[in-house]
Amino acid sequence: MFGLNAKDTRLLLIVIGLVVFAPFLMNPFPTDSGLAQFNAGYPDLMQRFVIFGIFAIGFNILFGLTGYLSFGHAAFLGAGSYAAVWMLKLLTINVIPAILISTLVAGAFALLIGFISLRRSGIYFSILTLAFAQMAFALAASVLTPITGGETGLQTALNDPRILDGAASGTGNIPAPALFGLEMRDSWDWVVGGWSFTFNAGYYLAGLFMIGAFYLSILIFRSPFGLMLKAIKTNQTRLNYTGLNSRPYTLAAFVISGMYAGLAGGLMASMDPLAGAERMQWTASGEVVLMAILGGAGTLIGPVLGAGFIKYFENIFSKINDNVLHQWFAFMPDGIENFLVTILHPFVGKGWHLTLGLVFMLVVIFLPGGLVEGGQRIGRLFSRKKKTDDSPNADTKPAE
Amino acid sequence: MEAIVLQLLSGLDGGSAYALIALGLTLIFGTLGVVNFAHGALFMIGAFCTVTLQRILTLSHTVIDDTQKDFLGNPLKVQVPYIQDWFGEATSAAIIDWSVPLAIIFAIPVMLIIGIVMERGLIKHFYKRPHADQILVTFGLAIVLQEIIKAYYGANPIPAPAPDVFKGSFDFGQLLGFEANRIIYPYWRLVYFGFATIVIASVFAFLQFTTFGMVVRAGMADRETVGLLGIDIDKRFTMMFGLAACVAGLAGVMYTPINSPNYHMGMDFLVISFVVVVVGGMGSLPGAVLAGFVLGILQSFASMREVIEVLPGINQVVIYLAAIIILLTRPRGLLGKRGVMED
Amino acid sequence: MGILEIKNVGKRFGGLQALSDVNLSVEENTVHAIIGPNGAGKSTLLNCLVGKLIPDTGSVTFQGQSLLGRKPHEINQMGVSRVFQTPEIFGDLTVLENVMIPCFAHRDGAFQMNAIRSVRHQNDIRESADQILTDVNMLEKRNMHAASLSRGDKRRLEMAMCLVQDPKLLLLDEPTAGMARADTNNTIDLLKEIKEKRDITMAIIEHDMHVVFSMAERITVLAQGTPLVEDTPENIKGHPKVREAYLGEAQV
Repeated sequence: MFGLNAKDTRLLLIVIGLVVFAPFLMNPFPTDSGLAQFNAGYPDLMQRFVIFGIFAIGFNILFGLTGYLSFGHAAFLGAGSYAAVWMLKLLTINVIPAILISTLVAGAFALLIGFISLRRSGIYFSILTLAFAQMAFALAASVLTPITGGETGLQTALNDPRILDGAASGTGNIPAPALFGLEMRDSWDWVVGGWSFTFNAGYYLAGLFMIGAFYLSILIFRSPFGLMLKAIKTNQTRLNYTGLNSRPYTLAAFVISGMYAGLAGGLMASMDPLAGAERMQWTASGEVVLMAILGGAGTLIGPVLGAGFIKYFENIFSKINDNVLHQWFAFMPDGIENFLVTILHPFVGKGWHLTLGLVFMLVVIFLPGGLVEGGQRIGRLFSRKKKTDDSPNADTKPAE
Repeated sequence: MEAIVLQLLSGLDGGSAYALIALGLTLIFGTLGVVNFAHGALFMIGAFCTVTLQRILTLSHTVIDDTQKDFLGNPLKVQVPYIQDWFGEATSAAIIDWSVPLAIIFAIPVMLIIGIVMERGLIKHFYKRPHADQILVTFGLAIVLQEIIKAYYGANPIPAPAPDVFKGSFDFGQLLGFEANRIIYPYWRLVYFGFATIVIASVFAFLQFTTFGMVVRAGMADRETVGLLGIDIDKRFTMMFGLAACVAGLAGVMYTPINSPNYHMGMDFLVISFVVVVVGGMGSLPGAVLAGFVLGILQSFASMREVIEVLPGINQVVIYLAAIIILLTRPRGLLGKRGVMED
Repeated sequence: MGILEIKNVGKRFGGLQALSDVNLSVEENTVHAIIGPNGAGKSTLLNCLVGKLIPDTGSVTFQGQSLLGRKPHEINQMGVSRVFQTPEIFGDLTVLENVMIPCFAHRDGAFQMNAIRSVRHQNDIRESADQILTDVNMLEKRNMHAASLSRGDKRRLEMAMCLVQDPKLLLLDEPTAGMARADTNNTIDLLKEIKEKRDITMAIIEHDMHVVFSMAERITVLAQGTPLVEDTPENIKGHPKVREAYLGEAQV
């Protein structure tokens, strides 16, 4: 189906299922239960899952396939955000032009940076992309203030021209970004028993884009183009002596992944029409690296998992404070309770980055293939067990 | 003329810090072939060695001072540092005042141990892994170290003043025969520059004139052959990692009066230091030092008002711009050698 | 006029004159061996042919077109394939994919975006890949990771990757270096078989006299960066100058 083989189709259907049913899957606990704080089914967070999923999928097309480690991908995210907010300000409050233009602007930006950076490889490439992104960040925060809003950021205002639908600002409020009248912040709550599920317009729009982005990345992975990119990662010398010019391939991959980042940035601005320079900072670039590696670079589903994992823990782990810990361990004797709380304290709440760093290190050390490899190993463990159960049958087979 | 001299001078201290960090990075890269993203964290830990020493020195117990009364007439409780009990008031005040330079003595063993533990415990296992893996694991380590410091010392910068003697500024211009009050330069920055020069000179002397250094240099050139000579190169490389950690740490210790230590200073410096290393040429020690000073001075010149008026924002981007230009015109950096990190 | 003409080529590295005044002509459909002691400039010469190095002086033409200043992939697209001293293959990919990549390069040129058509739908590519794998007896290993192959198989895979492009000129850089005698003989047989089946010109750089004398139709002896003699194997064997420069040391 969809021009994919059975395995890829299944993967795509799983992702579609996850996106469609996320409001249920993310809210498994009744709202008034003690575990409700682990619910992630609120619009803001779910939007971030899919948007960063797009960002990570795009990064993975570059890093996972070609092995070029870009440390400046946030620049494209930021460029996309700025472009989108400007579209919302100048053109129309409808998000479609904003999203399209943000993708194109980021693509053009990536073409420029990629053309220069890809003249070098290895760490030199990483440093060049880092330098470009830091430059973009520094300029956005200072000199380019008229375009970027400087440190306060760029946002929509009441008196924006919005040449296509200027009337929308006549209501006295700043109009919210919308898809042909359907506001991105519109949500519909469904209460069943103790559960409450939120269906958010913006989330589903972003989710739709993520499914499209994921489908396209499968196509790229399975196409001759993707095969060439993998070949670049493995042995660029051989590729050149095989009559292929690696430069346009890497540049195309770089631009595509920059466009993915721009799309993510455009969606971010469409959900919340505010773009700040910090979106371009190198820590933001580092974050997408973490997502791709943690999930499993070079795999299809890995970056999505990584993005979900990091965003989930960023929001949920960071909300756990000492009081919550005390509640959890309340059943224990006071001494042990306090001891456990003291031990866990640095790892949760504001210290969740410490947990992230540790998990990341463990993954790089023991699971270079990320969470996907972890899953595969566990899967293999079970299938091996099954095989040993069937061993009498296996033994009757003639030896090869 | 004075303006140029002033900019040269103020570029020196930033340049010194870049040069020191880049030197350590290059030592590690040149000897071990590891790209260490946790190096900035070592610089930051060095800075927090100063903070720790300060806290140790000012560890106090409460004493009821009958000579002072609060507004109700009760005797006042005062905090008296333990060292005051041991050494007397004047000496202890001097010790606390000189805590930043004293922290050097404190930081050397601490940084050596941290460096050696890091190398034996983690980095060692990554020699044969791809550079991307090394970058990633040390990046993770940098996050972890940074967060540990943040958990313990908090997120706010902690001031660590220079000794009183070096506080304030002086008229450096007059020393050089310029008009008075044209080139005002803080004492401590000069101290920092001098300190950096000494550290850099000692590292080079160490590598140049000791047998240990000779083996390490040979190892940098051709690791396998040196290993075949029956020399345990691994042990020496571990020591080199400790040494590099020390250099970074000392750079951090002495930097505290210029910039109050905070948990993310390592990352801030790391990004620029990598640019410095790459500009200098991966694996070239003189290149790292040269590039450190060049970029420091360049940044200082770009911050001049006259320059900013012509090219707004140039002060923010000049280092990156220089890096991009140099990398595109001289692929191996200023003094880089052929064949390093080119695959 | 040979298929490959090398005229007055010279190359300097700093103070070292690696090649000087090299004149060489490789006739179409022959096996031409270039031999010489270590440091004679064999590899430098080869690198000048494939675009890795640019000679300081002289000209290199292939089928009448100059090769100088062209990038490796452009030279390959003209019909020159190269086998490396240590096999260069795509280790992370399967054997089949390894062979498909040169197929794509041969059919689609140096760059082809073609992002939408899936690999599975490229039947013609798969067919020619399978065909060449059958030719080198590796069909049953098509789904193995290339990195896990034995050294001999890697060599054969690399050979297949070059042949699937149907090159006019195949450059072989010490194709039997570091091989056991049995493997060397297998490689010789493979090369001979290839030669029988197709119209192909081969230029072999080789150390092993056994290989050279069992295959080559012409031999050029290189010494200190310049050709000493060029002749048939029979005449080379008895040539006094060659004895002195090269074979002399082997006969001691």
